[in-house]
Amino acid sequence: MSMISLEAVSKWYDSFKVLDACTTAIERGEVVVICGPSGSGKSTLIKCINALEPFQQGTILVDGISVGDPQTNLARLRARVGMVFQHFELFPHLSVLANLNLAQVKVLGRTRDVASERSLALLDRVGLRDQAAKFPAQLSGGQQQRVAIARALSMDPIAMLFDEPTSALDPEMIVEVLDVMSTLAQEGMTMLCVTHEMGFARRVANRVIFMDHGTIVEDVAKDAFFDDPSARTARAQTFLSKILQH
Amino acid sequence: MNWRIFLETMPEGDATWWQMLASGLGWTLACAATAWIIALAAGTSIGIARTGTSRAASRVAATYVELFRNIPLIIQFFLWYFVLPELCPPLKRWVVQADPAAVQFLAATLCLGLFTSARIAEQVRAGIESLGRGQRQAARAMGLNEAQCYRHVLLPVTFRVIMPPLTSELMNLVKNTAVAYSIGLAELFFRTREMGEITFRYFEAFAAATLAYMVIALAANRAMRFIERRIAVPGVAGTARSAH
Ligand SMILES: Nc1ncnc2c1ncn2[C@@H]1O[C@H](COP(=O)(O)OP(=O)(O)OP(=O)(O)O)[C@@H](O)[C@H]1O
Ligand SMILES: [Mg+2]
Repeated sequence: MSMISLEAVSKWYDSFKVLDACTTAIERGEVVVICGPSGSGKSTLIKCINALEPFQQGTILVDGISVGDPQTNLARLRARVGMVFQHFELFPHLSVLANLNLAQVKVLGRTRDVASERSLALLDRVGLRDQAAKFPAQLSGGQQQRVAIARALSMDPIAMLFDEPTSALDPEMIVEVLDVMSTLAQEGMTMLCVTHEMGFARRVANRVIFMDHGTIVEDVAKDAFFDDPSARTARAQTFLSKILQH
Repeated sequence: MNWRIFLETMPEGDATWWQMLASGLGWTLACAATAWIIALAAGTSIGIARTGTSRAASRVAATYVELFRNIPLIIQFFLWYFVLPELCPPLKRWVVQADPAAVQFLAATLCLGLFTSARIAEQVRAGIESLGRGQRQAARAMGLNEAQCYRHVLLPVTFRVIMPPLTSELMNLVKNTAVAYSIGLAELFFRTREMGEITFRYFEAFAAATLAYMVIALAANRAMRFIERRIAVPGVAGTARSAH
């Protein structure tokens, strides 16, 4: 069984179709990169996977649980899927440690001590243990995004969703975030990443999905996507040549 | 000017004018404090309803805000004190046999509390909206339910952000208690006018009252500033600082 599977998922904002019959599956331990032009529906797609956005047609299964089923306990489902946002979205009134502890205590029911222990171990992993007492605003963008990744990991997720995790960062901070993500991938985490960091995709991804106008135009193994231009659609080719120029 | 007037007793009574004004001040403070608690509780609830996922609750909340915001305060006092009991016979039966001061106090605190709550609701709504959808999504993405999302994420930030306008609102509330004289509540302005009319010492009476109102407003301002500093965290700044 796939970790995440989408079957003919369509979504509309009023009469505007944002997702058009998207079908794909992400296996356990797989790293899949989603790219595509602005407005193509990448964010919407991953928000549908943890039910932050509803969808009107199709089926999404996460670890066998149907996201669209009204019976599904969405809070519990979301707690098991980590999500990292473009603008970090750390809680500004809480210290770094408290950011990591909050959902562990309130959702998983861990005691504060158990949660703190787990949080500090994760902060150690992203190289920020010494920043635990600081507030988000006192950290650099790269540090904030690493805290956000640690916060998502604090829930012991079965999969991680990333929505352009480095596109709000200055170039010198992108590397430190991508390093954390690469390590995570090597450790076997199932990851779905919206990103235009093609270097990262080339090094880490198993597969690349290219989206345009709400449809999945390409869904191919990484090597085929990067090394075999003849296999690419014209749209993907144009898009790729544009972003690779930067 | 004769400041010793405050030590003279009022006709038909053994209280001095100073004591009468002090008792008025007591009602003013009690009224402001009670109304403030009502205003914060109701205002926060309405602000939450306004921004929550339930469309119906949001619409009810919007109507509430418009209702209390658009009717002049003095008319609201009359509606609570004179009109509402007429519309509700059991209430009327209670009112006629109850202590008038208690009824006036109840009407005044409800009136001021709900009037102020509509304004606070708008500040809470604006504050929550200023956080953007990302914070809410981040909280929900971690499995927090809607109540936990408000309790632990949206409201703690919102209240830090809206402390400055909230401070102005508290100062307005203190000043608005004076309108309660219109339904006969023996608060500070009521006693001041009474003293002026009986002794013709308007200057002395109003000088004392003005000073008292200024001291309360200043104290309220300082108290709010103190709380604002105590709960301040780096990177979460209050808005509308110029509103002071
Ligand atoms: N809440 C909304 N209401 C209406 N339309 C929306 C809403 N959110 C997104 N859209 C539209 O849906 C389309 C897809 O948006 P989405 O954010 O998924 O794109 P994206 O691929 O992530 O783009 P970007 O690279 O700019 O982040 C866009 O045309 C956008 O304008
Ligand atoms: Mg996006």
